Amino acid sequence: MSEGKNVLLVGVGGQGILLASEVISQAAMNDGFDVKKSEIHGMAQRGGVVSSHVRYAERVYSPLIMKGTADVLVSFEKAEAYRWLEYLKPGGMIVTNTTEIIPPVLNVLGKEYPHDILDRMKKQGLKVVVVDASDAAEKLGNPRAMNMVLLGAISDLLGFTAETWHSALNMRVPKKHLDLNLKAFEEGRKLAKAS
Amino acid sequence: MEKLFLSGNEAIARGIWEAGVHVATAYPGTPSTEILEAVRFYKEIYCEWSSNEKVAVEVAQGASMAGARSFAAMKHVGVNVAMDPLSTFSYTGVNGGFVFVSADEPGMHSSQNEQDNRYLAKFMLIPLIEPADSAEAKAMAIMGFDISEMFCTPVMLRTTTRVSHSKGIVEAGERKEHDVKGFEHDWTKWVVIPANARKRRTVILNRLKQLEEYSNECPLNYIDPGSGSDAKIGIIASSIAYAYAKDVFPDASYLKLGFTNPLPFKLIAEFAKTVDQLIVLEELEPFMQEQLLAAGFKVLGKEIFPREGEILPEILLDSLKKAAKSSLIAIPADHPIHKAEAEVIKPTDFDLPRPPTLCPGCPHRASYYSLRKYKPIVTGDIGCYTLGVLPPLSMMDTCICMGASVTNAVGAFKGLHGTDKVEPVVATIGDSTFIHSGITGLVDAVYNQANLTVIIMDNGTTAMTGGQQHPAMGKSIRNEPAPKLILEDLCRSVGVRRVTVVDPYDFEALDKVIAEEIKADEPSVIITRRECVLDRLRFGPKVVPYIVDQDKCVGCKKCIGLGCPAIVTVDVTVNGKKKVKSKIVEFLCTGCSLCAQICPVSAISIKEESK
Ligand SMILES: Cc1ncc(C[n+]2csc(CCOP(=O)(O)OP(=O)(O)O)c2C)c(N)n1
Repeated sequence: MSEGKNVLLVGVGGQGILLASEVISQAAMNDGFDVKKSEIHGMAQRGGVVSSHVRYAERVYSPLIMKGTADVLVSFEKAEAYRWLEYLKPGGMIVTNTTEIIPPVLNVLGKEYPHDILDRMKKQGLKVVVVDASDAAEKLGNPRAMNMVLLGAISDLLGFTAETWHSALNMRVPKKHLDLNLKAFEEGRKLAKAS
Repeated sequence: MEKLFLSGNEAIARGIWEAGVHVATAYPGTPSTEILEAVRFYKEIYCEWSSNEKVAVEVAQGASMAGARSFAAMKHVGVNVAMDPLSTFSYTGVNGGFVFVSADEPGMHSSQNEQDNRYLAKFMLIPLIEPADSAEAKAMAIMGFDISEMFCTPVMLRTTTRVSHSKGIVEAGERKEHDVKGFEHDWTKWVVIPANARKRRTVILNRLKQLEEYSNECPLNYIDPGSGSDAKIGIIASSIAYAYAKDVFPDASYLKLGFTNPLPFKLIAEFAKTVDQLIVLEELEPFMQEQLLAAGFKVLGKEIFPREGEILPEILLDSLKKAAKSSLIAIPADHPIHKAEAEVIKPTDFDLPRPPTLCPGCPHRASYYSLRKYKPIVTGDIGCYTLGVLPPLSMMDTCICMGASVTNAVGAFKGLHGTDKVEPVVATIGDSTFIHSGITGLVDAVYNQANLTVIIMDNGTTAMTGGQQHPAMGKSIRNEPAPKLILEDLCRSVGVRRVTVVDPYDFEALDKVIAEEIKADEPSVIITRRECVLDRLRFGPKVVPYIVDQDKCVGCKKCIGLGCPAIVTVDVTVNGKKKVKSKIVEFLCTGCSLCAQICPVSAISIKEESK
């Protein structure tokens, strides 16, 4: 058994975060880990902030990642990683999509979207892997497979074998989308390696 | 044994199925809703969305009288609604076992208060069990029925949001059938005329004594000894706080309590002997701490941990560190917890709000937009339509609890009546909320002749909690056809003479009705009927978005005043001059046409037409 991990997935509603965190949990279960996962839904419906905590180790008690202890922070939207930086452990890895989802209220409130957020993160010396996941998914024919591209991109960081990942995907992704999702996953792996 | 990965709520559903439950009821409410949503896949269980929590408990109570194992689920404030049948259920006791879930919400993620329902179990003199994760949730759901039947009592199974909504590994078991015993014809037990109830009161006080004994032996309460020097610190913990603590402070000694009313005082005394210091760790109120202090134990609790919100892992850690620094607790200076979390990155240069808003195309929007013109007092209620309070609509004055919109309006009318401060009064209430507890208020308004206008926002679903079925939908919890409650007939039958049904997507018609009914001299009801936009997007025809013709737009920002997330402003340059104009974000637009209808210069039109 490899080491356990704390993985925090963040983004906005409707980005497929929950399926991605289900697949990670399944992979961890397949490898014999204890797993806990937590997310807040409720008021955070469409367009709201979404986060999903996944923790696996030999024995896990708390379903929540403590601030300062996330090994990997995966952001499905360009700026959202920044909101959750407090959760990252020192030296932890950020993997982020480049899609910007601009909240319409900014207009009403007269605020600006932080387009330069990736530079800001890099300037602070954070380890950031940037993946054009939405772009890659679109090229594969379905922008919704973006979540699987990101999953592929973090796959090497989580310590599971390719076999474990594939069986988890098989178990969790609806059959009719499996082919596309597997392709998207592989594409994510490649993109992360290249970056 | 098959391993399942279940949320606390799904685990409870699985548990009651394995426990042989026959009847399960609920009214939706975060964070409890998913329990019945999962129960409905177990065909052996009759389940229903009840019209409110009191109804849910009484239906389950009837099933218990009939000798069936029965169950009800609700959010914490739902228990308030059900307190009447519940508190006397304690007196009668059960025939078939009865367990109900109170899903509490430390942190108020989507609730109106943070009440701690453990006090209600104590108040009702009934057992209280509290799981810390999904595996325990399933086990305790099953055990709850054994306790219920063993001691002839209703049992409260209390979760919190984190227990209900976090997932963990659960071992699947089989269903154990419990044959329905048949109706218990015992009027000395079930008819609580004073002569009987007095006798029952003695019975339940004896029961409480037995439960106290049981609490000490119950396997849900156990000592989990620590190691090293930390073992001298003894933490008494229950629910999710135990899980956080085990990760943050793993070597302390724990008294893990799953059965928390009545408390196991003997076991606590035994535990106290093994440690130098006793700490009570509990979210919200000092429920256990107060009782322990009263019993003479020297314990710390709320001196260390916050009483409001959740005690999240980092808050727990911080609290312990602070308590150690101020010498409240003895943790040596070289202890690793002092180093943990030292290097957290706290960005201060980030300001990207994503607040909840009415969805693009939400049928609730138009009513508030129209009400802005007339500026009546608006007593609101609980549901998606509560978001009408937020700017730019800003059209709600009050929101207290389910159903209060109608009755608060009656009172506001009566309070102002005959003074020089009279204002028109409008109540806004959703269809599900109206059925839950608006009907009796409307009866009151008619009977007592309060001149108010009730707008029933009928989007054909219980949207706020994720779209559950209700009696005015013509569908059961399992989506089977069901008799449909006709809201307008109901309103007429209670004596409202002015009842209008209007399509909120037709702004002119809606606005006219609102203007007229506010002026009317008697109680009136407007039913705004249009399906929830999320249902339309899921099941309706393909959406054709609207677009703004920038040449026609004069930048008056009327459409921005709708607060639709799909409408934004853009800076454009016309003849060298900077102007602000509106623009529709096409992929967000659901084609409701409201903005097009209110645009004074007809600059907004459906996309295909403009091509
Ligand atoms: C006593 C009580 N039970 C349940 C809830 C949870 N709850 C809040 S709003 C709501 C339903 C709202 O549905 P509806 O009135 O149809 O309005 P919609 O959200 O569809 O606009 C529920 C069940 C609550 N707040 N209080």
